[in-house]
Amino acid sequence: MRNTWTMAKREFAHYFVSPAAYVVAFVYLVILGIIFNINLNSSIFFGGPPQVVQWVFGPFVTLMLFLSPGITMRVLAEEQRTGTMELLLTAPLREWELVLGKWLAAFAFTAVIVFLSGLYFLITNAFTSPGLDRGAILAAYVGFLLMCAAFLAIGVFTSSLFASQIAAFFATMGVSIVLWLVGALFQNQTGAWADVINYIDLSSHYYNNFFSGVIDLADMVYFLSATALFLFLTTRVVESRRWR
Amino acid sequence: MIEVQGLTKRYGQRTAIDQLTFHAQKGEIVGFLGPNGAGKTTTMRILTGYMPPSEGAGRVAGFDLLTESLEVRKRVGYLPENVPLYPEMTVIQYLDFVAELRQIAGRQDRVDEVMELVRIDHRAESYIGNLSKGLRQRVGLAQALLHKPEVLIMDEPMDGFDPQEQMEVKKLIRQIGKEQTVMLSTHILAHAQELCDRVIIINGGRIVAEDTPERLSAQIAGGGRIQVLVDGDGAGLAEALRALPGVTHVRALSESRFEVETAPGTDGRAKIAQTVVNGGWPLLELHRDKATLEQVFIELTREDQAEAGDAAAKEG
Repeated sequence: MRNTWTMAKREFAHYFVSPAAYVVAFVYLVILGIIFNINLNSSIFFGGPPQVVQWVFGPFVTLMLFLSPGITMRVLAEEQRTGTMELLLTAPLREWELVLGKWLAAFAFTAVIVFLSGLYFLITNAFTSPGLDRGAILAAYVGFLLMCAAFLAIGVFTSSLFASQIAAFFATMGVSIVLWLVGALFQNQTGAWADVINYIDLSSHYYNNFFSGVIDLADMVYFLSATALFLFLTTRVVESRRWR
Repeated sequence: MIEVQGLTKRYGQRTAIDQLTFHAQKGEIVGFLGPNGAGKTTTMRILTGYMPPSEGAGRVAGFDLLTESLEVRKRVGYLPENVPLYPEMTVIQYLDFVAELRQIAGRQDRVDEVMELVRIDHRAESYIGNLSKGLRQRVGLAQALLHKPEVLIMDEPMDGFDPQEQMEVKKLIRQIGKEQTVMLSTHILAHAQELCDRVIIINGGRIVAEDTPERLSAQIAGGGRIQVLVDGDGAGLAEALRALPGVTHVRALSESRFEVETAPGTDGRAKIAQTVVNGGWPLLELHRDKATLEQVFIELTREDQAEAGDAAAKEG
């Protein structure tokens, strides 16, 4: 566990010295700001209550499909390309400690960006009466962070498969978007297959409950197990390097 | 300290190393020699616990390579051929990170100590990406020494150093080799000759020779090789030399230059000179080559290559 912490610390610090991570954060917040502004303007023009949760998290989720690969593409791919993997795997460090440390750092960095979006709620809250529904906001944040956790685990996983960051980026995006859309294929169907696919579908676990202010244990389990599964797979891939 | 038997590593169809058995004692510096692709790096990666062998077993620093890999890794210092550095970190940040990974008590003091030892302390705050190749190599060496390893394994440690730095590093390695086990690979034979107590030559994944540098040289060249240069055409000289007692082999390198090999323990120079002069060939030059490790190496790896053919592993 101590090694996980050591890894996570180094990795987290790395995000703040690498230009790529700043670009990711910057792009994210600029686009989010523009969309928020558009929504706010139309709300003022047409009237009606400010639906800040939808304004912020609607675009946030879509953007995350494209931005989380940018956050994780480097994590293991670069260690493989530059040979520092040899340093890590000849140190008394277990594979899962390495993988978990990498993911923790990616998650912490993402959480920083996500929490910056809290500004929109603070500002809107100050101008509305009787204020925003705090429970709904909390649920949306919890769900969103859980979803990020799963996206980032997918990203760490694909990063372990490639020595090329570009390959890792597109593979992550591909897997995430497929998991995001797959439910739509079976939208109006029933039967075992449809049930399975609908359960695997990532977006339904977010939009159906968290997005409307409900924290459902089943959805939490879904995201946590998806995260655990991909981190486990990553560990196996890193280990396989030893046995290949 | 290092003891392996029948170490074999296959990558799919290709056998990178084949049944290696060797050992290294405490206080010994063992050189690992071989052409590129002979299996040096593969062997070192196995010894450091980076990957297990396909077959065979071994103990490093008293622990089993297969079942106690973590314990082995705690006690081995490894400097890979591609020095594993993070260019965006400063020297001190990097070493501190490695020290933390290795859970070294009194981290800061130890980092300072090692930086002084490899003489990188004057660049402690520099980003690794801005360092010269020699300085980077020193950081890599520092990383391998941090935890006072019982066994130090270095893949081409002399790469990237200028001659002045090489002197310093050799001194340092010798100093470390007095108390710990050091294993290093190199393709610069002079380094092995100077540094190592024992040399293992591998080729095509197999050990082709193992001995002290001195004895290896003696073994291959026996009494030594004598070169003879005459003015003009040396027709008939080869036959005349071959007839001398103690001469085992005569080779014409050009029409006027000949190489004479004599039996071990004999010095045929006087007789050869006599024969040449008496035969009427104008003698210009006569000298004895002491076989260097270089010759041993070329001799051994050449013979073996002919045997092993394409079986030679491609990866280093």
